[in-house]
Amino acid sequence: MSVVSSSSPAGSAHQVLLDWQTLSRQRQLYTVLGVLLLLVALCGSIRFADENNAGHFVDRLPHLFDFLSWLIPNDWNDVWRALFDLASPHDNGTEQYNFPLGRVYLLGDLYLPEYFYLMLVTINVALVSTIVGFVGGLAFCFIVARNFSPSNWLRIPIKRTMELFRAFPEIVIAGLFAAIISIGPVAAILAISIHCIGALTKLFYEVVENIDMKPDEGLTAVGANWITRVRFAGLPQVLPDFLSYALLRLEINVRASTIIGAVGAVGIGQELKLSISRGFGAKTLALVLLLFVTIFIVDQLSAWLRRRLIGEQAFLLQGVGK
Amino acid sequence: MSDAALPLLATSYEARFPHVFRQPFWQRFGPVTFVAGLVLYLVYAAFFFDVGNVIRSGHWDRAALFLSDWVSWNTGVEFRTSSGTVTARYPKFSALGNDPHPDWVIANADGTTTIDVAGKGGSVTMSTTDAYVTKDGQTAHARLGGDKPVIVGVAPSWFTPNDDGDLVADFGFTGQIIVESDRVKINKRFLGWPNFFFDTDSPFFGKPFGEDIALIVSGPDLVEGRPNWQLAFDNFWNNAEWQHGDIIVKLLETLVMAFLGTLLGAFVAFPLGFLAARNVTPNRALNWTLKRLFDFLRSVDMLIWALFFTRAFGPGPLAGSAAIFLTEAGTLGKIYSEGLENIDDKQREGITSTGASEVLVHRYGVVPQVLPIMVSQTLYQWESNTRGATIIGAVGAGGIGLKLWEAMRTNVNWANVFYMVLLILAVVFIFDSLSNTLRSRLIGRQR
Repeated sequence: MSVVSSSSPAGSAHQVLLDWQTLSRQRQLYTVLGVLLLLVALCGSIRFADENNAGHFVDRLPHLFDFLSWLIPNDWNDVWRALFDLASPHDNGTEQYNFPLGRVYLLGDLYLPEYFYLMLVTINVALVSTIVGFVGGLAFCFIVARNFSPSNWLRIPIKRTMELFRAFPEIVIAGLFAAIISIGPVAAILAISIHCIGALTKLFYEVVENIDMKPDEGLTAVGANWITRVRFAGLPQVLPDFLSYALLRLEINVRASTIIGAVGAVGIGQELKLSISRGFGAKTLALVLLLFVTIFIVDQLSAWLRRRLIGEQAFLLQGVGK
Repeated sequence: MSDAALPLLATSYEARFPHVFRQPFWQRFGPVTFVAGLVLYLVYAAFFFDVGNVIRSGHWDRAALFLSDWVSWNTGVEFRTSSGTVTARYPKFSALGNDPHPDWVIANADGTTTIDVAGKGGSVTMSTTDAYVTKDGQTAHARLGGDKPVIVGVAPSWFTPNDDGDLVADFGFTGQIIVESDRVKINKRFLGWPNFFFDTDSPFFGKPFGEDIALIVSGPDLVEGRPNWQLAFDNFWNNAEWQHGDIIVKLLETLVMAFLGTLLGAFVAFPLGFLAARNVTPNRALNWTLKRLFDFLRSVDMLIWALFFTRAFGPGPLAGSAAIFLTEAGTLGKIYSEGLENIDDKQREGITSTGASEVLVHRYGVVPQVLPIMVSQTLYQWESNTRGATIIGAVGAGGIGLKLWEAMRTNVNWANVFYMVLLILAVVFIFDSLSNTLRSRLIGRQR
C-alpha cells in the first residue's frame, strides 16, 4: 500500500477525501430519508388516530382539563375519608360519599379500608403470578438453554410453546379463562402467570446460555446426573440474575394486574374505572394516590433489591430487556 | 519449606475452611426459609382467592366446546313431518344462507329424506312415519307419530331416550340426531370458518371458489355500473359475520397507538433525558425534579392515564396514544438519563478541549455514544407497547382490545375471537422481528 501511495501521495489523499465525502453524503441522504419517512408515518398516524377517535383532538383540546372540575373535590378531606373509609359529613346516601360501606372487618371493630383491601387483591394477583412465572421459568429454562438441554426433542417444542405464551396478550388468556371459570382474580392470575412463564423462561435461558461451563465440565467429569449439574453448576451462577429478573417482572405484573383488573373486574383496577367513569372526585383521587404510592414503592423496593443482587452495571443493562 | 507445609496439611479441612463448614445461620438456612416463606404465601393466597372452589366450579366441559368453536361451526336443522311431507326448517340468519340446499340433505326417489350427519359414521333416513338412524353400520328404527317416538325392535345402546322421552343419537364432535314424535332435529358441526370471504347476503355467496374468481376477473357485472372486483372487495370488507374491515381498522388503531405513543414519548424524553442526567447538566435541582417527574409519569401507570384520556377525548386511539405517550415519556426519560449518566467522559473532554460550544460537545461527544442504545431501547418499548396497547384498548382506549374482549364476553363467536387472536399474534410477531432486525443492525448482535 505504501508503494502505491508513494507514487502519487497527493492524488491518493484527494481520492480518500472524495470517497469520504461521497460516503458522508450518502449517509446524510439516508438520514434525511429516514427522518422524512418517520415524519410521514407520524403525520399519517396522528391523522388516522384523530379520525378514528370518538372526540377529535382540536375539538376536545379546550375541554382537556374539564375533568379537573369533577376531579377536584368540594372538600379535600374527603380524599382521606375515602382512602380510610371514614364517614363523610357530605354523605347524602349516594355512592359518591358512601365511604364506610366498603369496610372489610377483620376482628371486631378493626377493619381494612376497602381500597387497601382491593390493592391487596391486586398485589396478591401480581405476586402469585410472579411466583408461578418464576417457578415455571426455572423449570423450563435449563431444558430450553442450548448448553444444558437434555434433548432437542424436548427443547424445541418447549421453546416454541414459551414463545407462544409470551406472544399472547394477557387479555386473550384472561378472556378465555373468564369464559371457563367465571370472571375474577383466578382468571387474572392464570392469564398473567402464563404470560409471565413465557417471558421469564426467555430471559432465564438467555442467562443460562451465557454462563461459565467449567463447573459443569467438572461435575460431568465426576459423573453427575442432569439434576445435579443444574443444581450445582448452573443454579449458583444464575440465581441472582433470575431473582432480579423476577423482581423486574413483578413491577410489570403489578401494572398488568391493575389493568386486567380494570377490564376483568378484579381488585383496584375495576374500582378506579368505575370511579372515573362516574366522576367521583374524592374516590378517584384516593384511588390514584394509593395506586401511585404502591407502584412507586414496589418499583423502588425492587430496584433497591436488584441493585444489591446483581450490582449497578448489570442493573442498568437488565432494565433494557423488559 | 516442607516443614512449613506439614502442619497446614495436618489440620483438618474444617479448621482450614471454617467459612464453608460453619456458615452463619442465615447463610445456611436463608434459602430454605425463603422457599418455605414462598410456599406459605402461596397457601395463604390459595385460601385468599378460594382457588379450590373456583377451579371446581369452573365449566371445564365448556373449554373443549369453546376450543372446538375456534375452528369449527355448527348448525341445527329441524325436519318436520306435520305437513304430510318431510320439510326442513333451517334457522334464520344461519351460516347456510337464506335458502339453503345443502348436499348433506338428500331427497330419495321413494319420498324419504336422508340426512348425513357424520358420513358413514352416522346418518338418518326418514319419512313422515319412520326414522332409520344409522351409526357405524348399525341401524335403529324409530316409529314417529305417537306421543313419543318408539323404537321398533332392539334398541342399540347409543340410541337412548332423554328426559323428554325423545330419542338421542350422539356423534361426538360431528353432531347429534334427536328424534321426536313429529320431527327430527339435527345438529351438525363443520370444520373451518364459515363464509369467511362473503356473507350470506353477498351475490358471491355459496359459489365454489373458482367460480367466484372467474366472476371477479371476467364475469358480467352483478350490480349495474360497478365492477365486480369492487363489489367483491366491498362484500368482503363489510362481511357481516367476520367484520374484516372493522377488525383491520381496529388492529391498525392498536398499532398506531403504540407507534404514536412511543415516538412522541421519545421526542419528549430525549431533551428531558439530557437535562435529567447528572453529568450532562450539572444542576442538581433540575436533575432531581425531572427524575421525580419521570417516576411520577411511570408510576401513575398507563391504565390511569388511559382512563383519564378516555374521558377527555372520548374512547378511541387518541386516548390510547396519549396514555402510552405519557407513560413512555417517563419510562424513556428514565432509561435515557441513566444511559447518559453511564457514558465515557473522555470523548466529551476531547471535544471540549478543541473549544467547541456546549451544543457541539453534546452533538459529537455524547450523542454518538448513546444514540444506538437509545434507539434500541426505544424499539424495545415500541415492541412491548404494541402488546400493551391491546390491553389498554379493552378499557376503552381504542384499538382491537375492546372488540376482542367483548367478543369473548358474549361467549358465542369464538371463531371470530380466534381470527382476531391470530391477527394480533401475527402483528406482534412481525413487529418483534422488525424491531429485532433494526436493533441488531444498530448495535450488532447482542450476546
